[in-house]
Amino acid sequence: MAEDFVIEMLHITKEFPGIKANDDVTLQLRRGEVHALLGENGAGKSTLMSVLFGLYQAEQGVIKKDGKEVEIRDPNDANRLGIGMVHQHFKLVECFTVLDNIILGVEDTRHGILQRAEARKKVMELSERYGLRVDPDALVSDISVGMQQRVEILKMLYRDNEILIFDEPTAVLTPQEIDELMGIMRGFKAEGKSILFITHKLGEIMAVADRCTVLRKGKGIGTVDIAATTKEELSRMMVGRDVQFAVDKKPSEPGEVVLKVEGLRVPSKRHKNDAVKGVSFEVRAGEIVCMAGIEGNGQSELVFGLTGLEKPTAGKVTLKGQDITQAPIRERSKAGMSHIPEDRHKHGLVLDYTLADNLVLQRYWQPEFQRGGIIKAGAVRTYAERLIGQYDVRSGQGADTIARSMSGGNQQKAIIAREIDKDPELLIAVQPTRGLDVGAIEYIHSRIVAERDAGKAVLLISLELDEVMNLSDRILVMYEGEIVGELDPKATTVQELGLYMAGGKRQGEAQA
Amino acid sequence: MKDKKTSFWSSPAVAGVLASLISIVVGLLLGFLLLLILNAGAAVSGMGTMLTAGVRNLDQLAKVLYQAAPLMLCGLSVGFAFKTGLFNIGASGQYTMGMFFALLCGIHFQMPWYVCLLASMLGGAIWGVFPGLFKALFNVNEVITAIMFNWIGVYFVNLMCANTPDMLAGSWGGSSNDRTAALSAANPGALLPKAGLDKLFAGSTWINIGIFISILFAVLVWVILQKTTFGYELKACGFNRDASQYAGINAKRSIVLSMVIAGALSGLGGGISYLAGTVQYVMLKNILAMGFNGIPVALLANSNPIGTIFSALFISYIQTGGSAMQPTFSAETINIVISVIIYLSAFSLLMRGVISRLLAHRNEKTKGGAAK
Repeated sequence: MAEDFVIEMLHITKEFPGIKANDDVTLQLRRGEVHALLGENGAGKSTLMSVLFGLYQAEQGVIKKDGKEVEIRDPNDANRLGIGMVHQHFKLVECFTVLDNIILGVEDTRHGILQRAEARKKVMELSERYGLRVDPDALVSDISVGMQQRVEILKMLYRDNEILIFDEPTAVLTPQEIDELMGIMRGFKAEGKSILFITHKLGEIMAVADRCTVLRKGKGIGTVDIAATTKEELSRMMVGRDVQFAVDKKPSEPGEVVLKVEGLRVPSKRHKNDAVKGVSFEVRAGEIVCMAGIEGNGQSELVFGLTGLEKPTAGKVTLKGQDITQAPIRERSKAGMSHIPEDRHKHGLVLDYTLADNLVLQRYWQPEFQRGGIIKAGAVRTYAERLIGQYDVRSGQGADTIARSMSGGNQQKAIIAREIDKDPELLIAVQPTRGLDVGAIEYIHSRIVAERDAGKAVLLISLELDEVMNLSDRILVMYEGEIVGELDPKATTVQELGLYMAGGKRQGEAQA
Repeated sequence: MKDKKTSFWSSPAVAGVLASLISIVVGLLLGFLLLLILNAGAAVSGMGTMLTAGVRNLDQLAKVLYQAAPLMLCGLSVGFAFKTGLFNIGASGQYTMGMFFALLCGIHFQMPWYVCLLASMLGGAIWGVFPGLFKALFNVNEVITAIMFNWIGVYFVNLMCANTPDMLAGSWGGSSNDRTAALSAANPGALLPKAGLDKLFAGSTWINIGIFISILFAVLVWVILQKTTFGYELKACGFNRDASQYAGINAKRSIVLSMVIAGALSGLGGGISYLAGTVQYVMLKNILAMGFNGIPVALLANSNPIGTIFSALFISYIQTGGSAMQPTFSAETINIVISVIIYLSAFSLLMRGVISRLLAHRNEKTKGGAAK
């Protein structure tokens, strides 16, 4: 019996200068299934989906819809075939309302005048039916990332798409939002829609997918039924070897205090009120302290305050005995602070610079890379090539690759390489593994532990509970701008941690 | 072998030059079409004049070089600011201030030419500081400030000239007091040296060392942008202000310095233009066009300092050719044709896209053929 495939991509090959992004890849999507696409950073998942969505044309291979061969030259073709896509980086007009974004491109007009009333009715119906809560009149620039994603999903539904592509939809979401999204996906499946779901996160695949196709370095490794496989099996297919999920580390041996924070208050960039409300803690040499918390509880602002991106309104920050509360960013860097920023596109990289130029972003002024203000191009290149090799940063043209053209995971690896190689006394890592695959996460975790074992102080800010529990030696929980608890990861449970994070429990009260 | 050829044509530098050349040809064709519409009978000879006047004799060639020098500096000014993420539309005001500072030193203070040139850079730099400071400190768009400072510059200079009697032509044996004194009468030492070039160019009065100074600065700007930590910081700040701040670069300082340098370049353009001694500044209630002409020069060169040398020479050549078309064509007609040519020449970015698409298409074809 022939299977009922709604989309078939057969023997797809797509090349970019210097890299074969897809090499004879075949993917078959059944009607009404959730089909996961798994692979390391740069394995070619996004490229394959872009081919299906008409953003790229494959050099070889055919695409079939309902068994008939089709040609998809641009996203409009894809749309006509009922294919919709939520991109990893959302494609929304920031200064438009939610409603205007949803109808953009398929607006109803009468005599050239926009007819919003009917559109609004349809959007609200869809929103209710699938539990996609949005405020149709809010500006996109004012709404949370989670709601922006719901807007993207509504865009697909509004166009009556039957095949929905999600490109790493959970990378930017909080754990609660991820649960919500999983529910929404199950709802779509129940409605008979077919879903292609790109991710690195094995847990999500196990939770929601029916089948999974694995890519490795551009090649299709195989398609498996989720019911008949395990996380270990999937990760082995993806990475090509066994992956360790638990971080292997010996007990920490805290030394002297490296970072001392006293009564720090930091204003929010958005509303100028204090987002960090009098926080005090210490990080010692040779320990990993994790600041846990649900997004938006002041962790970002705390990091801005520590690293000098925002001026604190009160309090004191001391690094190795040196008061750096008011020090410029360069001075903090010289004093031994490294910072893996939360937003790699905004802060971490100059996207229009080459990889080599980005790798020396924190060090170009050092004598190693310049003399008398003239950059030593040779030294920069040698250094960049060493880091690229050592940290396995993959890109099309090596050190000359423009950072913008690299995959998100490799951009992140480049930042981590730069910050760790600076040999800091204090490493502030904000969600260092966001959007990375298990192989890369394993590697970055081992590097962070190695830094700790070398006697460095590490302050980790993470939203991922697994990462918090696995990696840290001490956990501090932030809730609404304050530290509400200090926990020992060996003596606590995920449930207890969750209670603190959600504000259901705080240590001060518990004692009182 | 084939691969090598492909990579040569698709290398960014080659593609850029090719795109600019194609754009120029398209611009010339359209310019010719316009001449046909305006005056069909004289179109062929008119176009011929425009295209050959610049090399018809040494005097005309000297004029091309003379005009190219300030154009180049204004183009460098705009291009430099572009590369650092700023739009310097204030080149005209900076040019005017540079001119004024140079003439003030030359006529009023009787200084030699090199001091006058330094003064012109200072004058331009001062006029660049304001948009830079407003942008850095109060996040006021530099375009708005710069446009206002263009006008402030003109009226300020007119006011200063009118109230400094020994600056004006009347004090130095000239007939009219609506313009600055001729340098040859007031202070021949302030004239840019000709360094024997006038002999080379058959005694032309246009030629002086200005063009070499301009080229020198083009190379200098290229070195600053490409080779120095300073240029690295400026560009980083232009591409991504947040990331440069994260890297400990003082973004505010970078913005101000970038505008100061851009201003100094325009100012030097003003100095070079008026220290040649061929023109006197006439106090009109109009801003000087030269600064604005720097914008197409920079665009045509894709803001590349080395490219600016050639784009300035090209535009100067077309302008010289244009003025030789009078009186067959009216000045306004010529200006329209020149504008069309320059306007289309600036489509090089578009052309670059077309070229890369054509190349990709051809590669696909050859590859497909090989596969079969």
